Amino acid sequence: MNHMEKQLLSAPRNQMYLATITVIVGVLFLWSLTSVNFKNIDKSGLAIANNILYGLTHPDPALLFSVSKQSVLYLLVETVAIAFLGTIVGAVLAVPLAFLAASNIVSKPVAWLTRLLLIIIRTIPALVYGLMFIRVTGPGPFAGVLTVGLTSIGMLAKIYVDAIEELDKGVLESMTSIGCSTFEKIRFGIVPQLISVFASIMIYRFDMNMREASILGLVGAGGIGAPLIFAMRSYKWDQVGAILIGLVVLILMIEFLSNKLRAKLVRA
Amino acid sequence: MYDKLFPPKKMVLSDGKMVFQKRSRVPLIVVLLAVCTVISARFTGFNFQILIARIHEFFTIIGKMVPPDWGSLPHIWQPLLDTIKMSLLGSMLGALLALPIAVAASSNIVQSKLLVTVSKTVLSLLRTLPTLVTALIATFVFGLGPMAGTVAIMLFTIAYVGKLLYEQIENVDMGAFEAMESLGMTRIQAFRFAIIPQVLPGYISTSLYCFEGNVRYAAILGYVGAGGIGLLINEGLGWRDYPAVGMIILVLIITVYLIERVSEHFRKKLI
Repeated sequence: MNHMEKQLLSAPRNQMYLATITVIVGVLFLWSLTSVNFKNIDKSGLAIANNILYGLTHPDPALLFSVSKQSVLYLLVETVAIAFLGTIVGAVLAVPLAFLAASNIVSKPVAWLTRLLLIIIRTIPALVYGLMFIRVTGPGPFAGVLTVGLTSIGMLAKIYVDAIEELDKGVLESMTSIGCSTFEKIRFGIVPQLISVFASIMIYRFDMNMREASILGLVGAGGIGAPLIFAMRSYKWDQVGAILIGLVVLILMIEFLSNKLRAKLVRA
Repeated sequence: MYDKLFPPKKMVLSDGKMVFQKRSRVPLIVVLLAVCTVISARFTGFNFQILIARIHEFFTIIGKMVPPDWGSLPHIWQPLLDTIKMSLLGSMLGALLALPIAVAASSNIVQSKLLVTVSKTVLSLLRTLPTLVTALIATFVFGLGPMAGTVAIMLFTIAYVGKLLYEQIENVDMGAFEAMESLGMTRIQAFRFAIIPQVLPGYISTSLYCFEGNVRYAAILGYVGAGGIGLLINEGLGWRDYPAVGMIILVLIITVYLIERVSEHFRKKLI
């Protein structure tokens, strides 16, 4: 037995472990297969799929290019406005929560409770918030803004917390030693360390919020979702095509811009 | 452009050297953000007075949820299991289907430029469509029920895992691949022994992460009739049966938390 074979034999063996995991995953797969059934599919499904494809390739030009209040353009601007304002609301509300959840700022129990609250906020689906806020503000984009803001808090605060917990304390100590005031310490010691992470995650969240805002219309909270679902329920596939094309182009554009901006922030 | 409008500040150091300090861009950014905020507020009808006057409604609803309706628990299990099944199956199938598409989209493996561009475009188009919209379309094609939800989740998973996977494949160390080719292995063999070991942990970790997110998504798909617990939430809110909604949300939070814990455990092991 030469050296190489010895090395090979001494490699850690975890076949048992891998086999167990494989079996578990396999069983889960088979179990989840039970949810599938094809009995609901009939011939109309195929016909509809055909119609959808036809609508997507032949969008309604009147809807796509006009500038009335029902046009795709107006609805897209409204969707962007919901996403933007929602991001701002969420970003502002997340800051105090993040400081309350950072274990190097507040005591352990407070941090733990705030974290629990953040998990709860994050898990409740956006549509539920949407339906609840409609009771507050009535249907319309205002409810959408509040929904997007509240759902943003969960993720924004989580990443803020990580940034706050990684703060370099050495900077603050050296500033104390040269006699800086508390305000100066915050302005020149803490803010520069946090601002680029905060800005980067806000831009990313705005990108995500575009998608959120585009579905909130389904519950009546403004944006392009409502016309989309009406067009679908009434089988007007050319309108669906126009709306979807506008939405896809807009989301791709915003994603591109957000990637560019964030790359710039990381480099700076 | 900005530097021309606001010339950099000149400073003379003690040794007579001139240095320029660029003007801060913060004021410009702040003004832009403020303008956008005001415009958005106009567009969406944002109104603090209404908010302050009526926000208590929101907390009233939450207050009604708080002792959840334990009696509704037996009705929740089946849709909850459906939701988990949908996201599990959708994630698994999606992660498997993402493999060939991601390989076809990696420019360092596939030489045909056309194939690479087409695969990348398909992936980004799929990723752009919100899951709820795909689910809605799927309900028209596959009928109401968990099947439509599974398809929607599968499509999203393909797009998400596919994108991250091809980025990983494009970033691997190609040295081993070239060495194996030069030893006389076929490209497929070289891919199997040089690329797959490098990307496998990342791929599994991404798939698990996607599965975590999918459980959350699956919870709302029922709203458009694509199966799962969303339908119950919608009914509960429609009937203003808030204690029942509170129970669903509680169960959902526990489920999502457990799945996240398990998946996090395995993801930490992988990296």
